[in-house]
Amino acid sequence: MSSRPRSPMARPMSFVWTRRIVLTLLGLFAALPVYVMLSTSLKPLQDVTDKFQWFPGSLTLRPYIDIWHTVPLAHYFMNSIVVSVAATGLSVLVAIFASYAVSRYHFRGKRIFTITVLSTQMFPGILFLLPLFLIFVNIGNVTGIALYGSRAGLIITYLTFSLPFSIWMLAGYMESIPRGLDEAALVDGCGPLGALFRVVIPAAVPGIVAVAVYAFMTAWSEVLFASVMTNNTTRTLAVGLRGYSTQYDVYWNQIMAASLVVSVPVVAGFLLLQRYLVTGLTAGAVK
Amino acid sequence: MRRITAAIAAITTVTALAGCGGGTATGNGGNKSPKTLTYWASNQGKSLDDDKQKLTPELQKFETQTGIHVKLEVVPWTDLLNRILAATSSGQGPDVLNIGNTWSASLQATGGLLPFDAATFAAIGGKDRFVPSALASTGAAGKDPAAVPIYSLAYGLYYNKKLFKAAGIANPPATWSELVTDGKKLTSGGKTGLAVEGANNSENIHHAFVFAKQHGADFFDAAGNPTFATPGTVAAVKQYVDFIASDKIAAAGDAEYAQNQSVADFAKGKAAMLLWQAAGVQLKERGMNPDDWGVAPVPVQTGAPGSGTGVNTMVAGINLAVFKNTQNRDGALKFVKFMTSDDEQKILNGKYGSLPSVSSAQQDPQFSNPELTVLKEGLAKSAAALPQVPKESQFEELVGTAMKDLFADAAAGRPVTTESVQKRLMKAQQQMQG
Amino acid sequence: MTAPTSTTTPSRGGGTGDGPGPFPGSGRAGKKPRRTFGIGRGAVPYLLVLPALLLELLIHIVPMAVGIVMSFKELTQFYIRNWGQAPWRGFDNYRVAVNFHAPIGEALLRSFGITCAFTVLAVGFSWLFGIAAAILMQDSFRGRGLLRALFMTPYALPVYATVIIWAFMLQHDNGLVNHVLHDQLHLSSKPAFWLIGNNSFVSLVVVSIWRNWPFALLVLMAGMQNIPDEMYEASAIDGAGVWQQIRHITMPSLRPINQVLVLVLFLWTFNDFNVPYVLFGQSAPPAGDLISIHIYQASFLTWNFGSGSAMSVLLLLFLLVVTTTYLAVTSRTRRTSNV
Repeated sequence: MSSRPRSPMARPMSFVWTRRIVLTLLGLFAALPVYVMLSTSLKPLQDVTDKFQWFPGSLTLRPYIDIWHTVPLAHYFMNSIVVSVAATGLSVLVAIFASYAVSRYHFRGKRIFTITVLSTQMFPGILFLLPLFLIFVNIGNVTGIALYGSRAGLIITYLTFSLPFSIWMLAGYMESIPRGLDEAALVDGCGPLGALFRVVIPAAVPGIVAVAVYAFMTAWSEVLFASVMTNNTTRTLAVGLRGYSTQYDVYWNQIMAASLVVSVPVVAGFLLLQRYLVTGLTAGAVK
Repeated sequence: MRRITAAIAAITTVTALAGCGGGTATGNGGNKSPKTLTYWASNQGKSLDDDKQKLTPELQKFETQTGIHVKLEVVPWTDLLNRILAATSSGQGPDVLNIGNTWSASLQATGGLLPFDAATFAAIGGKDRFVPSALASTGAAGKDPAAVPIYSLAYGLYYNKKLFKAAGIANPPATWSELVTDGKKLTSGGKTGLAVEGANNSENIHHAFVFAKQHGADFFDAAGNPTFATPGTVAAVKQYVDFIASDKIAAAGDAEYAQNQSVADFAKGKAAMLLWQAAGVQLKERGMNPDDWGVAPVPVQTGAPGSGTGVNTMVAGINLAVFKNTQNRDGALKFVKFMTSDDEQKILNGKYGSLPSVSSAQQDPQFSNPELTVLKEGLAKSAAALPQVPKESQFEELVGTAMKDLFADAAAGRPVTTESVQKRLMKAQQQMQG
Repeated sequence: MTAPTSTTTPSRGGGTGDGPGPFPGSGRAGKKPRRTFGIGRGAVPYLLVLPALLLELLIHIVPMAVGIVMSFKELTQFYIRNWGQAPWRGFDNYRVAVNFHAPIGEALLRSFGITCAFTVLAVGFSWLFGIAAAILMQDSFRGRGLLRALFMTPYALPVYATVIIWAFMLQHDNGLVNHVLHDQLHLSSKPAFWLIGNNSFVSLVVVSIWRNWPFALLVLMAGMQNIPDEMYEASAIDGAGVWQQIRHITMPSLRPINQVLVLVLFLWTFNDFNVPYVLFGQSAPPAGDLISIHIYQASFLTWNFGSGSAMSVLLLLFLLVVTTTYLAVTSRTRRTSNV
């Protein structure tokens, strides 16, 4: 798919056998849980809570029907999509601006900026969860902008989670784009923004896609902040899926079915964009 | 360097501003928005949606009666305490909410809940309407209650009649030594005498508390200081853990149960006995024939259940509280009155299989089936409320975890001795702070 | 923190080329002078970084500073409603946290040790699996695309799903792991416990690897694409076998990317909250008591935020020291070593 094939060279048998064995083992390791997920989602709950069976004794599609009303899955899914997509879009946009400045300009305070932004990647979430929550509530009290409990609050929180890594990767990627290109645009009379939008961004697409995928995955999976900052109308999938484990019982088959259903679009998108991810990361992280 | 200093100064200023802005949760509510209420219900049914369906018709009734619209949110137990915490620290929360009744004193200490003083009780129809034992778990002694009970529960000993018959046991055990003897007879061929929920902190705490009472011990002294590792509490914890460790009447695998697997095992006939609160509805849900199981009072050490060392259940249940920052205090109290009215108590507890917390509603014949009669008796005569101290949640966390670890030891075949129990409990006590 | 230095593009003779780092102007010595734009001198770069700066201030910096303030307060349930009024405790919270002879400090230290061991193992194996698969998948072969898609799947699933599936498989009575190890392979005399007791540490490591190694693979695959074919061809002409090529070309070329990858994996793994939280619920067994869940218990379950914040600040300091040292050491070795 992505990496270009190496010129076929005769490989020694030791290499070929190592490859077969190692990749088979890794394949089993990766596939086993996915298989269990799939098979469990097709079993009635009775069978699931009994001794493990490799093959479903009785097949049922019932869990795939029940998932939609045990918890409001479609609603959570929409929330997750809205939050993740918006956080991704904004994060990428903000990162593009910042990384453009970092890669193309010298300015006082650049070092502090980069160090500060990168070090936020280290902050333990536990430390700033409660303060952040209080700040959101206070902003709401003072300005009337509801950040707590709203999707907007979650969106700006998540976008900053991916921002440090995104700025860093994109700045690296932009470094690899010859400066001559945007200088030419500047000479042609474009402003700095014109040069950014007409020349640098088109040239940085793989890097941008890589960053976008990363930002999306970050927002898509976050549990801790979502559990405190959402309510039943804004709850995201990452915490919503816990609804299948209730006061009564754990609906394992429905958990698996729901996880699979909501993951299909994401996994598909991820695999489609994988090619960009590889090239984007290449220049971003290495160059 | 100057710039760094400037940056730090800037950040400090912003922080100071935010700091001053923090903790504005001091308002005491009022009646600014009399037409709506937000209600956080806890997850009592088999799913969040199930709760919604059970509660919505009642909320509509309330709206017809009073014109107040109730916005319902069913909060999963995994999130409830964190959400309450967030609400308390920010002042931004629901108007009315459900709390686990053991949390009452902890939440009372935050000052975030409206105290039910005489006037407030008068507004909801009086204090003496409630079952006295249920009222015992609504806050610290000598303080106005932080909540009122709405669903009451107690523990009972559920036993599988078929398995008892097959083992030639005529009656359910009345003392723990009988339970162990019977349990050993019942433990054979992949079946066990008893199912326990060994990795569930709350269950562990509830049982440890009752065993401690029966040994004449308490986890807190009168001044509210922890006394986790007294001979009585050690004996209590050991007696419970021994069901796996030395009596071996519960399966080792039970040590990792935390999600009602013990109820599932009982329903499937894998375990012959279960100590649970109002399990009837769940057992039905899990397809167990109602004729196959019976309920008996939870055993005692000797004699018969009663007060003192005859205590055989904790006061279990759910309380309803009003958030102090509510913008619709009158409406909130009307709602509390509605939810604790005889009619609603009968309807709601009927739906959930629990007991009404209001004496008059408890008389209703639907709460006199054999199961609920046993629980009702227990609640009335031989129940004690968990310690009503602010540190209760720390206690649940620390002692609950210590017991989970002891069960893990037992399951792995490591010996559980008086010394090892004492050591763990002592460590838990030393970790209490604040 | 110094931004990672750039790729060395090893040429055949083994000299190092020095390209620009990802963050130009981040203070590396001996940088070539760089042209800047004449236009936009002044405000433009500041306007460009402003959104990022404001957001970081709002979401990270200020809350973090508030968190640090909290760590000096007695912020228990009695004061949570009005935490501005909570009494100052000076360094008391810190003193309690680092008093390793008392139970609270001892538990924190233990949890810290477990987290270190967990991080080393999880990051080590994630990297090992990633590099092995990346090297072995360089040549095209039948099914390579499919295999890569399979390898990536765990990373694309929501975290909750990836962990809950393992929780399901690791159950004592009905789990797949015991079914295979005990019932089918008869490797143990009785089924083991994976979610409680000492094995829970192993479970954590395995789950973390399962989730994170695809990321290592992805990054390393990307890095390998940057190694010019000519280098391999030239070394093949010189008679180098595939194993020698891996040792003398692939590994040295990947060094800069490894530096970044290991750091990122380290930070993610060390701070990981989701895996233990979903796997064990709110109270982790002693052997699986990672620092993040430990602090969560200390602050959220017992509502003692002063103490919890103090522990978090200590954790942050540790991470800062490790990261700075790591970058300093790896950058220096790279600069001085001649590949």
